[in-house]
Amino acid sequence: MKINSLAWSAIAIAALLLVGCSGVGMRADGEGATIEDRGTSGAVTSGANAGGAWTGNPLDDPNSLLSTKTIYFEFDQSTIRSEFVDVLRAHAAYLNSNGSASVRIEGHADERGSREYNIGLGERRANAVKSFLEAEGVSSSQLNTISYGEERPASLGHDEISWAENRRAVLVY
Amino acid sequence: MNKLIYPLLMLMLSLQVQAASLTIEITQGAEGALPIAVVPFAWRGDAGSPPAHEIGAIVGADLLRSGRFKPLPESQMLSKPSRGEEVDFRDWRAVNVENLVIGEVSPNGPGGYLVKFYLYDVFRGEQITGYSMPTTAADLRATAHHIADIVYETLTGQPGAFATRIAYVESLRSGSGKEIKERVVLRIADADGYGPQTIVSSDEPLMSPAWSPDGRKIAYVSFENAQPSIWVQEVFTGKREKLTSFKGINGAPAWSPDGRYLALTLSKDGNPDIFVMDIARRSLRKLTRHGAIDTEPSWSPDGRTLVFTSDRGGKPQIYRVPVAGGDVERVTFEGDYNARASYSPNGRLLTMVTSVGGAYRIATLDLVTRDYRVLSTGRLDESPSFAPNGSMIIYATRVNDKGVLAAVSTDGRVQQRLRLQEGDVREPVWSPHQQFQRSR
Repeated sequence: MKINSLAWSAIAIAALLLVGCSGVGMRADGEGATIEDRGTSGAVTSGANAGGAWTGNPLDDPNSLLSTKTIYFEFDQSTIRSEFVDVLRAHAAYLNSNGSASVRIEGHADERGSREYNIGLGERRANAVKSFLEAEGVSSSQLNTISYGEERPASLGHDEISWAENRRAVLVY
Repeated sequence: MNKLIYPLLMLMLSLQVQAASLTIEITQGAEGALPIAVVPFAWRGDAGSPPAHEIGAIVGADLLRSGRFKPLPESQMLSKPSRGEEVDFRDWRAVNVENLVIGEVSPNGPGGYLVKFYLYDVFRGEQITGYSMPTTAADLRATAHHIADIVYETLTGQPGAFATRIAYVESLRSGSGKEIKERVVLRIADADGYGPQTIVSSDEPLMSPAWSPDGRKIAYVSFENAQPSIWVQEVFTGKREKLTSFKGINGAPAWSPDGRYLALTLSKDGNPDIFVMDIARRSLRKLTRHGAIDTEPSWSPDGRTLVFTSDRGGKPQIYRVPVAGGDVERVTFEGDYNARASYSPNGRLLTMVTSVGGAYRIATLDLVTRDYRVLSTGRLDESPSFAPNGSMIIYATRVNDKGVLAAVSTDGRVQQRLRLQEGDVREPVWSPHQQFQRSR
């Protein structure tokens, strides 16, 4: 358990660093899977905007919770963990004030077990995020879901750390 | 000059073929396998082109792979007959061989061959069977597999499964770092891994290939255009048709034994349930109604029952439901994870993925005796599929961080690995018995 939470914070930090640079996660254009190597990508862009006024798209503001677009899950679970509640509330607020914006929620699973069951699990995770956003007042017409199961891993390793990175839901605007 | 270049060309050709195909390693042999000798087949053509494949070697490799036979190495053969009058049974009794296969290949018109083979009982000193089989250059390997099937059936009493094919999904990654590109392909190869052919290639995931009972079509899931859909594709023409593309999951297609229906998973009503589609009418019937994940349906050989994976009890386990509708009944109680079950051809066994101390392995459950066996030894084994004669189960495993295919005899005695040179291989499915049409 101790090791788990330690490993988890390492992942959380890595994830935060990564969301600082644009283009993390899956490409939105549906042109195939660009798989990130989380080990080698440095968070180069985040320092430049520290304290300054962000003038670009708020979804890309590294100081905004909105820049976090991936949330993670426990093994075989689809419960939204408390540390991601504020992130999802920020996305709900953004969607509520931008009625024309829409988001696709992609659910993913780690590689363990059978592939079609993992498709079910990924859908359950995407739906958990969708339900959370709807409960925060977001119109269902702004939300789409798709499950990729274990077919599009974010990390290509075969260990606990990679699996934790792969059990995720990704918001794609 | 020509004499030098020709062998060189042949060598390069054979190397290319090797690189593109699966190779087989027996990782655990069977005791008590039947000693047999398969003599290299003689070439009877004085002119023309000798066959590109040595029939005897293919037959021997097939028999070895089944785990039921122990072919004599060529170096231990005291003579190499190819016709009945050349056989001296003393040469074979001396090396304790019980059965002998000999044969020859002769030219038979343009691009054609005539293959003759004979099977002998060494101790009785008599011929058991023999066939003369016309074939072509393209069908030589298929002919060799048919000979192996005949030998296997004659000596074991069960039909062979050598002249069959496997379909599988392969992931080809290129580039590195942030620029890793993935291409997913659906491939078909002979059951010995030879001659892989790509039938679908995509930038998006491909999943869950399923052979139609006549072996002429494959259903699969494709995520092209960022939407999972079930497609049915003709194996020989490549013609394909989209069967379902509902909102949500479109997954886990499984053909009924008569080929008229497809069981599948749809989540269009809110969560994944099992449906049965009448393929000709495109009509859907919902078979399970539960808030849990119900998926991975598989038909019993009599077409009356479907088994499927459900986590309605908290963890994934195997359940069954009558196809005509009725009560759902839990089938597996062993361990806390059982998924992706399918029936053996005689309906007696289920094979499935099971969790053993955190590892995912291939197991069988005898539906009559409840005998439950774990057959594989990997950490992330998945997607088991029975050979059409029920003798072996092919599955996906990982070796040195690479997805490879492995097979195990249904009694667990013989383990083998089919190693692919290229990408990550997964989701193998064994074709039904049938005569394959080949390109000429």
